[in-house]
Amino acid sequence: MTEKDWPLYEVFIRARNGLAHRHVGSLHAVDAEMALQNARDVYTRLGDAASIWVVPSAAITASDPARKEEMFEPTATKIYRHPTFYEVPDEVGNM
Amino acid sequence: MARHGTHHFNYVLRLADSPCILGQRLTEWTANAPAIEEDIALANIALDCFGQARALYGHAAHLGGRSEDDLAFLRDAPDFRNHLIVEQPNGDFAHTMMRQLLYSAFMEPYYEALAASRDETLAGIAAKAVKEVTYHVRHSAEWVIRLGDGTEYSHQRAQAALDELWMYTGEMFERDSLDAAMIAAGIGVDAAALKPRWDETLDEILAQATLTRPADGWMISGGRTGTHTEHLGHMLSEMQFLQRAYPGAQW
Repeated sequence: MTEKDWPLYEVFIRARNGLAHRHVGSLHAVDAEMALQNARDVYTRLGDAASIWVVPSAAITASDPARKEEMFEPTATKIYRHPTFYEVPDEVGNM
Repeated sequence: MARHGTHHFNYVLRLADSPCILGQRLTEWTANAPAIEEDIALANIALDCFGQARALYGHAAHLGGRSEDDLAFLRDAPDFRNHLIVEQPNGDFAHTMMRQLLYSAFMEPYYEALAASRDETLAGIAAKAVKEVTYHVRHSAEWVIRLGDGTEYSHQRAQAALDELWMYTGEMFERDSLDAAMIAAGIGVDAAALKPRWDETLDEILAQATLTRPADGWMISGGRTGTHTEHLGHMLSEMQFLQRAYPGAQW
């Protein structure tokens, strides 16, 4: 078996409770369990992790960069959607 | 604790030598593993081993009056007390993973038991090490299962690794007079008592891997009294080169 045969996985890590899992990168692995172990070894070396997700890259459906104008630009003029007129108390923590 | 003197020092030194030698072996995979992800995994395991070895050498240095570096770099092969299995060459990837599994599946219950030692420093080192070794068992077991239950060719190579390494496993469960003295003092662990648990762990993994457990034939031993296979000397010549060529070198 060579690395060429190993599928690609996307790695998501949650640093601590209350935060969302964040995409940190990708890696090759023989299967999901090994992807989890590889993710642990490759992406959590600095100790900043409480949870890991791995997802087969092939399972992700991505938006087409060529269509980003129709996808995203119409929202740029709708500033009234931003809740910038509220103050969030510090005690609320991570939102 | 002082009344146990030399025994205590020798016991800790034995514990330190195996992870030191295994860590050094594993570093030979750096930049040579089958995939970069596995390269990093092996380096991580090696670093865990060196961490355990350093803590144990530090403790031995405290008990025996020789520095940590002296113990690691200025003793010759017959003075090393590691298990023979950890000095064996890496062989192919299946061989390295099998060696890791056979050894780590033994060290996991060993460190668990050692965490209850009356020597509090030793207990603390063991409590930290057990988490590391638990992961080493998991990682190597997953590979052994995938190689054993993989293709016909990977199965053949995994079985060959198991067959070749089997004769080095008997040594892990030996109990000599030094062990007996340390067990009696409440400091040491009775390795012989860990055999049933090791058997159980291994049988479960080998069954999943569709590998055949070899019959218990002749077992080689001697590492823990300084009689080593030819491989250790070659390895030390590389590991100790810097301190031998430039005594006292630091950076």
